[in-house]
Amino acid sequence: MVKDIRVKRIKNGTVIDHISSGQALNVLKIIGIAKEYPRTTVTVAMNVPSSKMGAKDIVKFEGRELKAQEVDKIALIAPEATINIIREYEVVEKKKVKIPDRVEDVLRCANPNCITQSEEIATKFIIEEKAPIKLRCIYCEREMSEAEIVRQF
Amino acid sequence: MQRSSFAGRDIISIRDFNKGDILQTLGAAEKMERRAPAQLLKGKTLGCLFFEPSTRTRLSFDTAIQRLGGKSIGFLDAQTTSVAKGEGLIDTVKTVEKYCDVLVIRHPKEGSARLAAEVSEKPVINAGDGSNQHPTQTLLDLYTIKRELGRLSVSVSLIGDLKYGRTVHSLAYALAMLGANITLVSPRGLEMPREVLSDLKKLDAKLEETYDLNNAIPSSDVLYVTRIQRERFPDPEEYEKVKGAYKITPDTLEHAKKELIILHPLPRIDEISREVDATKHARYFQQVYYGLPVRMAILALVLGVAK
Repeated sequence: MVKDIRVKRIKNGTVIDHISSGQALNVLKIIGIAKEYPRTTVTVAMNVPSSKMGAKDIVKFEGRELKAQEVDKIALIAPEATINIIREYEVVEKKKVKIPDRVEDVLRCANPNCITQSEEIATKFIIEEKAPIKLRCIYCEREMSEAEIVRQF
Repeated sequence: MQRSSFAGRDIISIRDFNKGDILQTLGAAEKMERRAPAQLLKGKTLGCLFFEPSTRTRLSFDTAIQRLGGKSIGFLDAQTTSVAKGEGLIDTVKTVEKYCDVLVIRHPKEGSARLAAEVSEKPVINAGDGSNQHPTQTLLDLYTIKRELGRLSVSVSLIGDLKYGRTVHSLAYALAMLGANITLVSPRGLEMPREVLSDLKKLDAKLEETYDLNNAIPSSDVLYVTRIQRERFPDPEEYEKVKGAYKITPDTLEHAKKELIILHPLPRIDEISREVDATKHARYFQQVYYGLPVRMAILALVLGVAK
């Protein structure tokens, strides 16, 4: 009787570890895996025990590395995530995401009456708090909560 | 933002000010009220971009620049400009700033003044951006309190539409910086927005909240009354539920302090009855007058000719 399921190691791709528990599907939305790479092999583990975090999610996918803008977005909802770049089955690069002090041209302002909705300009947000995340639009000065951020993905 | 000089500075949000900036502006306004040098801004032009209606703000800025020897240009209705042809805010600002030394802008969208300041090489003064900020109103409100009560360490009740009212957003922040006691009085659904409350908490504001106006009056030195901002409601039906929620009448003031003053940024609809105008508490028309020395001071400061 099979008691363990062994997941095959990925050859070339990315492993995102230490995702905040429950956010794995939002991370996949940010990357657009389902739309861009419908045939990519994706492994998702959710709410697995973690000595560091208590519980975490993990996402692995083949044949794809992350763009800088995607890493910035992931940092907003999974501030302790680690990005591992895999080539020929080896981890060639490992880095922790970092929430920047400002986020530019990554998110829409949640305020429908913000000037950024009607003028062609990049949005700019200051990170007011990191956990739970709170952003403030530098134009309209409204706050955006984690729920409003996640709704955009 | 900490700045030692106002010259060239944009006046966009009261959140960009520190306590020293506020006191410096009030001091400059006092000097202007005593004596406004008639040629101080000779040769200077103010560009007025009013995308929304205005009586007091527009007229006081216009009068301010003229009293100091300068001129003004601009528009009071964007539909008379190429905005009617679809021209955006950025191009409009970049055009008008070529003809003037300082701009003042009122616009229905939040963040519009900040954007104008980003694209303009000339200083920009925010005369109201949507329901966000109205910093020069705050400065004249504080000046009114100082002139009428002789101090800024006061207990202020902010009453009415605290959600959409930009004047109370700016004023609450400034009062918190100055250590005033603040009571927030609003109908349900029009409470102060969370980001303003978050700012007030960071400033260790002495804050109380109530839905009952009668709870707030006896301990107040200042009632700051605001209109329910019908034009900002996304849903007109929601406005109908709250319009007329508060009305200050002479009877309402039965338990008020003798020295209580009542302010209102105007226009008013029905939130202060006309009978209150004749009481010793009403100061909202003096408040209108104080807008002039304050705006003269602001223009002189940002144009670098006042200290």
